[in-house]
Amino acid sequence: MYSDKVMEHFQNPRNVGEIEDADGVGTVGNPTCGDLMTIYIKVKDNIIEDIKFKTFGCGAAIATSSMVTEMAMGKTLDEAMEITRNDVAENLEGLPPVKMHCSNLAADALHAAIDNYREKKGEKVEGTHICSTCG
Amino acid sequence: MIYMDHSATSPVDPEVFKVMKPYFVDEFGNASTLYSLGRDARKAMENARGQVASLIGAKTEEIIFTGGGTESDNIAIKGTAYRLKDKGNHIITSAIEHPAVDETCKYLEKIGFEVTYLPVYEEGIVRVSDLEDAITDKTIMITIMHANNEIGTIQPIAEIGKIAREKGIYFHTDAVQTVGKIPVNVEELNVDMLSLSAHKVYGPKGIGALYIKKGIRLEPLIHGGGHEKGIRPGTENVSGIVGLGKACELAQKNLIENAKYITNLRDKLINGVLDSIEQSYLNGHRTKRLPNNVNFRFTGIEGESLVLHLDSKGIAASTGSACSSKKLEPSHVLTALGLEQVDAHGSLRLTLGKENTEEDIDHAIESIKEVVETLRKLSPLWCATPGAERGE
Repeated sequence: MYSDKVMEHFQNPRNVGEIEDADGVGTVGNPTCGDLMTIYIKVKDNIIEDIKFKTFGCGAAIATSSMVTEMAMGKTLDEAMEITRNDVAENLEGLPPVKMHCSNLAADALHAAIDNYREKKGEKVEGTHICSTCG
Repeated sequence: MIYMDHSATSPVDPEVFKVMKPYFVDEFGNASTLYSLGRDARKAMENARGQVASLIGAKTEEIIFTGGGTESDNIAIKGTAYRLKDKGNHIITSAIEHPAVDETCKYLEKIGFEVTYLPVYEEGIVRVSDLEDAITDKTIMITIMHANNEIGTIQPIAEIGKIAREKGIYFHTDAVQTVGKIPVNVEELNVDMLSLSAHKVYGPKGIGALYIKKGIRLEPLIHGGGHEKGIRPGTENVSGIVGLGKACELAQKNLIENAKYITNLRDKLINGVLDSIEQSYLNGHRTKRLPNNVNFRFTGIEGESLVLHLDSKGIAASTGSACSSKKLEPSHVLTALGLEQVDAHGSLRLTLGKENTEEDIDHAIESIKEVVETLRKLSPLWCATPGAERGE
């Protein structure tokens, strides 16, 4: 049911771990629903120079987390904010329909991490991203 | 591949396949016809009926062939409800039934029946005192599974049956997971109806049987040419029936020996995993469970990921995790045990079979250990809950 690309990222996830002195941290999901992910970013000159993740969840949750870190690495914050759930799914050659909603939260976690960074810097955050944190 | 998902299905035993083969091309007769080709098919079918009856201690004429376990459950439950609807509208079942029973009961609720779902507590077993409290003068049926398909717990069917009989209430049990794995005797269990399936005991898919005690009357769900006493009409699946019969004969022959062998493997697997992986737990009762059922959970880990990684290590297993289901809710069985949802997402079911070996178990323990370690490195929950505050 998963594409080869999803399985490849699931088996060999990129950028796993925490960044101890992260500039921004974003957590979305809810373990009650079976998915929880945290993304850590290190920002320099408005560019994401390092990004790591930790995820509790199914194959899709882990693969989307891995993919979004690859997509965001090296991007400007504004560019990273443009990455959507659909972009992540497309880069993974698609997700099963049932997983599109529940486990495709990685883009949200990335946006939450960026908002967290901007808030810390005292910038105004629009808060337009859908933060799925329910717990 | 090491196959450890026998509660999902099992491979057809070559001996079973061998006796089925003639009934496709050469012995293709319709068992309801008068000429010898049909009569021979009828004979083979009746022989199989005897083999099924023998395994469960029933009389040959008390066995009806069906399309499988789900169909048997539907025929028994709806057939009773429709037949006895003027007598009462209350049905008692358990909170951990297979969907074939659970969804059937929910359907009956929609059309006006009332259903009590008995709790199972932490150990996954219904209490007879709860059952006694639930019975009213409107109770027409009790349907409680013999052993659970996810956590393998064995229910006190004989005791329940005794109460049902004293009160004159129809009693059905879904024995799909027990027939052929532990001794099943309809007289000792005091059941009026019992569902079984071929493909869980090295028989073919798409064939099962329903034991209906002499004197019990059901309303048929489908109508047709009067086959199987009018309870399950339709031209008989002779090859499947012959396969079911043979599978039952083989199961009966090797029952005690296989159960003993598989129980040893089960205990080796349980002990091996619980001893070597911290914060690993067994779901369901430690001993009152099927010889072949193991169901673990691991703090901080989600079940689908576990199953996918085990697959890449050559092990076929399953999970009650929501993420592997279409409904995206964790298993109703695990939540009925009182598990928190996050724990209910982390289950791993391994169901063993006679072809599994000690080496398979060693490989499974080692693989589970590795996979749990890999996934915990990824898990924000594992870091967040380093203490062992969540007890067994």
